[in-house]
Order: sequence, then C-alpha cells, then structure tokens
Amino acid sequence: MQATRKMEFWVGLMVLMALLGSLFMALKVSNFGKLAGLQDGDTYPVTASFSDIGGLKPRSKVTMGGVVVGRVRSISLDTQTFKALVTIDIDRTFTNIPADSSASILTSGLLGDQYIGLEPGGDDANLSAGSKIEHTQSAMVLEKLIGQFLVKLSEK
Amino acid sequence: MNAWLEKKIIALGDGFMSIARAFGQGWLFMLLLVGALPASIVRVSAWIRQLYFAGVLSLPIILVAGLFVGMVLALQAYNILVNFNATETVGVMVALTLLRELGPVVAALLFAGRAASALTAEIGLMKSTEQLSALEMMGLDPFVRIFAPRFIAALIALPLLTMLFNVLGIFGGYLIGVEALGIDTGTFWSQMQAAVEWQEDVMGSVIKSLVFALVIAAIALFQGAQCLPTAEGVSMATTRTVVHSSLAVLGLDFVLTALMFD
Repeated sequence: MQATRKMEFWVGLMVLMALLGSLFMALKVSNFGKLAGLQDGDTYPVTASFSDIGGLKPRSKVTMGGVVVGRVRSISLDTQTFKALVTIDIDRTFTNIPADSSASILTSGLLGDQYIGLEPGGDDANLSAGSKIEHTQSAMVLEKLIGQFLVKLSEK
Repeated sequence: MNAWLEKKIIALGDGFMSIARAFGQGWLFMLLLVGALPASIVRVSAWIRQLYFAGVLSLPIILVAGLFVGMVLALQAYNILVNFNATETVGVMVALTLLRELGPVVAALLFAGRAASALTAEIGLMKSTEQLSALEMMGLDPFVRIFAPRFIAALIALPLLTMLFNVLGIFGGYLIGVEALGIDTGTFWSQMQAAVEWQEDVMGSVIKSLVFALVIAAIALFQGAQCLPTAEGVSMATTRTVVHSSLAVLGLDFVLTALMFD
C-alpha cells in the first residue's frame, strides 16, 4: 500500500509538471489568448473588399499605427463584384475607430508577411460590428509593379 | 527449368503468406487490445502503476535530453543567424523546431528505447515463464490485465513527456541564447510568442506524440506477445521493438508533418 501511494505521488507530480509546462507554453511561448482565441465576445467583425489581396491569409494581423488591433478571420470572393471580401475581427477594446478609416494591405519588411494597416479617418461615427470599410487599397504585387515599370520604359 | 520455376513460385507464395499472416496477427492483436480497453480503463490503479514505470522513470532521460537539445539548437542557430544580424529569431527557431519536429520525435525515440524495450522484455519473459497462460488458466483475460493497462499508460505518458521535453528544450535555448550569448530577453520571448501558434504548433506537438505513443506501444506489446519463449527470443523481440518503433516514428513524422504543416 505504501509503495502504491509513492507511485501515485510521483505520477501526480509528473502530471502536475506537464500541466505547468502547458501553462508555460500557453502564456509565454505561444500567442494563446493574444487575439488568438478569436472568441466572438472579445472581438467584433467588420468587412472590407479589396480588388487584390496579394498574399494575405486568414489570421494575418490588422494594425493601426503599427499596433495589432485585430486579425483577419476569413477571405472569400464576392461573386457579384469579383472582389475579395475580407472579414476582420477587431479587438473590443478599440471601439472608437472612425467609420471612414481606410484599410490597405501592406508588407512587413521587403519580403515579409502581408497584413492590413488601418488609417484613421475623421468621421464622428465609429466602426461597429458588421460595418464595412469603404476606402481600401489593394496589395502591392511585385509582378504588376515591374510590368508597369517596363511599360513606362518602353513608352519612352 | 520447370522445377526451378516451381520453387520460385512456392517461395513467392510462402513469402506473401507469411506477410499476410503477420498483418493478420497484428490486426487481431490490436482488435483484442482495443476491445480490452473499456474493462481496463476502470482499473485505475493498474495503469497508474504502469504510468509510473513508463512515465516517471523515463523523466530523467527526457528532461536532460530536452535541455541539451534546446541548448545545442540555440547555439547552432545563433552561430548562423549572427551573420545576418538576426539573433533575436533564435528563440523562434528553437521553439518551432522543438514543437514541430524534434520534441515529439526525440521524445518518442527515447521512449522507445527506455520504456518500450522494457515493455517487450517484461511481456516476453511473462510469456516464456508461461505467466500469460497461467492467467488464462485462471480465467483472467491477459489483454485486460497485462496489455491494456500498459497501452493506456504509454498513451498518457508520451504526450506528457513530450510536453516536458519541449519546455526544457525552450528553457535550454533561453539559457544559451539569453544568459550565455546575450540576446535581449524581451525580444527573445516576444518574437517567440508572435511566431508560435497555440493550436497548430503546441497542439500539433501533442497530436504527433499521441500518434507516436499509439504506434510504439502497439509494436512493443505485439512483439512481446509474439516472441519465441526463449532467452534468445526475448532479446530478439526487444531489439525488434526498438528498431521497428524508431523507424515507424521517423516515417510517420514525415507523413504527419506533410499532413499538418502543408
């Protein structure tokens, strides 16, 4: 009986250690909880349509002044306008983003991941759940840029 | 000529039959094992005891190995990344390499060597000394009493060990990267947090280790149950367990990586 108690103690200790390890993983190592859970209670959805999203992916970050304020939830194609419809989850703590703010798809660094940058507008009304960002700027696609450059060169 | 051809065809048929037989025995064994799980899972003290032997006694090797793997990863990553002025990403590299590949795989290989070989040897010896037959004589199902508790224990132990391996590895990377080589603590952790996904990377690690535990435990128990009841037979079965489960882990890791991180 004594030996069994000892074994149970050690097994319990190992499980406890593993649980503490997962806690460490959640809080310190991974982005668990930092807009990663995407619970509906913590965020509100807004939509924006872009003519070209480039390399934007679901879970890409949405920033305002460089600070992460949300994440891209989903990307789909609007079959009426043939534009990409991007749904963004914005953190509930940012409630006073002006409704006429503009969204543009930017690249972090020269070759980094693409993300959405929000530029504040001047409207008194604020973005709320389900509202649509009207002013958008598409991703800069390198091939198109080079193409335009070549066309300009040949025109000369 | 005809006799030669006949011999070859017989050899082919014999080879095919023995492969089919091995497959059949393996699947039958798994079926009986899974069938014994419900009856075995309620005998908590039986599998807690096995959890002690498979899990707790494997802790020292797992923890020490994890620490050193993390340390050497950080050292190598630093030596390369310092050329690009990108030493802050050492933490990201250590964490992602550990969580996605090295953690589950190395922990599983160590588990195969440390715990699975012991399982095969134990069951092989039980078979040689006819303890399994004795259990059946008493009307007790060896699958419920012997195999299933060990299977459950392995299934629980390896994910726990893998999680601890990952944590110790990241801690080792922190020791070398931050304490020894002077990377900034703040950027080390924040870059890691930005890059590591809870669901994909941390949970992926757990899923991988669960699959590995399943395969290793099944191989170890099957080899123990199938071994020739001699001293040589037990030793050969133990060797086969380590070789087969190591190869299975490495092969499956590729498949799982291709499935999970496409």
